Amino acid sequence: MIITQKKPIDELMAMLGDAKKIAILGCGSCATACATGGEKEIGELKAYLESKGKTVVATGMADYCCMNMGVKTAMKKLNAAGPDAVVCMSCGDGVQVAANHAAAPVYPSNNTMFLGEAVKFGLFEEACHLCGDCVLGTTGGICPISRCAKSLVNGPCGGQKNGKCEVNPENDCAWILIYKRLESLGMLDKLAQRRPDKGYEKVSYPRTINIRGNK
Amino acid sequence: MGMLEKALEGGKFGVTVEMAPPKGYDFKEQMEAAELLKGKVHGVNVTDMQSACLKASSLGLCIKLKEAGLEPIIQVTGRDRSRMGIMGDMLSAAAFGIDTMLALTGDHPTVGDCSQSKPVYDLDSVGILHMLSVMEATGTDCGGNELEGGAPEFYKGAAVTPVYEPLFLQINKLRQKVEAGARYIQTQGIFDLESFKRFMDEVDKANIKTHIMAGIIPLKAAGMAKYMNENVPGIAVPQDMIDRLAAAAAEGKEKGVKGLPTQLGIEMAAEMIAKIKDEGLCDGVHIMAIGAEKNVPKILEKAGISID
Repeated sequence: MIITQKKPIDELMAMLGDAKKIAILGCGSCATACATGGEKEIGELKAYLESKGKTVVATGMADYCCMNMGVKTAMKKLNAAGPDAVVCMSCGDGVQVAANHAAAPVYPSNNTMFLGEAVKFGLFEEACHLCGDCVLGTTGGICPISRCAKSLVNGPCGGQKNGKCEVNPENDCAWILIYKRLESLGMLDKLAQRRPDKGYEKVSYPRTINIRGNK
Repeated sequence: MGMLEKALEGGKFGVTVEMAPPKGYDFKEQMEAAELLKGKVHGVNVTDMQSACLKASSLGLCIKLKEAGLEPIIQVTGRDRSRMGIMGDMLSAAAFGIDTMLALTGDHPTVGDCSQSKPVYDLDSVGILHMLSVMEATGTDCGGNELEGGAPEFYKGAAVTPVYEPLFLQINKLRQKVEAGARYIQTQGIFDLESFKRFMDEVDKANIKTHIMAGIIPLKAAGMAKYMNENVPGIAVPQDMIDRLAAAAAEGKEKGVKGLPTQLGIEMAAEMIAKIKDEGLCDGVHIMAIGAEKNVPKILEKAGISID
């Protein structure tokens, strides 16, 4: 899931400037789960904007703001209300999809933070850096690329203290977690070999994947 | 062949000392210390922005030391440079006759004094060593392209933290460093020879063949020791050492004499070095005097170490 966090409301208001008529687009997937772009948050933003003298001319919700077709349909309805500006309450990708279909400028209400999991409601942890060459098969299902602050692939640095990371003592050292997991699985031999250097060609962005066979 | 390689590969007790470039561009202090160290050590490790605090680069001071007749060891971390940046610097280092290096992961920028800096970590310490080994073996660069005039060769080293839980991870990575080309290893500062012996036993058990140099940090005060215990990973100064330093400070206060704890620190370091050498615990020592490099000749003299 893409984890988002609300921008400070003053930052959003500064982006909106003197736009009077506002449309709001929410997202029914990740942003709903993150409480940054679901029905409830759309309602709260609408009330706030109206309390500041704006008119919310339309609200809408796409099941996934990252899916072109659904957003196109949702934006048609919002465009019809003739807004001066659109606020998109999704991740950065959703904002871009919305902007492709909007007749007015689209502004993000969220900062896009990371790809991770909801450990429990309201607690999100980063767990994948989209490195394009997954190493989880040799690390006991714990990602050193995203969970080690240095993305080390051959074991820990010397910087951990009591199993905690030198960068943020609230974080566990990923390599100690990996060690413990592999030890419990009886698979410590997975750590013996130097990992082949996968390089960074695969993360040369922007990336496109086409499984259609045509465009 | 550099002095350190000659010493270690020739079965002699290796002695190196650490030196940090200045936070600025006046290298006077470092060069004065270098004059005192000349002929007394096999190499001078020049740090690569230790603790992630901005300093002049390692390469610059290495060149200055080389020109002054010393044998610099260029420390290379993966923190600030990609593989291209590292390899480019290593080619330049070779052009100035620098032939000994030490690979490190590097402290993260967030723990240093320029915390906005982007962490790079394209390669870790194992990756840096492997890249240079491949370069030497094939004469090609980090993209597999041929280097004009062939590749330079480096005597390559790495670091290890003997006080570490679980030690398996350090031993495992140590083996990878050696397999990737590290011929010598400098340890984090050690203060307790019994735990160091246990570490050396583990290295033997793992059948890792390399030259290990024990890290020696001359203590200057009880406060310094306590601070390191609390803040520096892998450092464990025993309480009796801290107590002796505190007693020396109290004695100095009573007699109105300054510098007694520093003097005691010098003696404790010398004692440890002498023991390491006499008992043949490892192949050499690496002294990290943390700004007090001028004390190193005295430490070596007291330890009865000369490099001839």
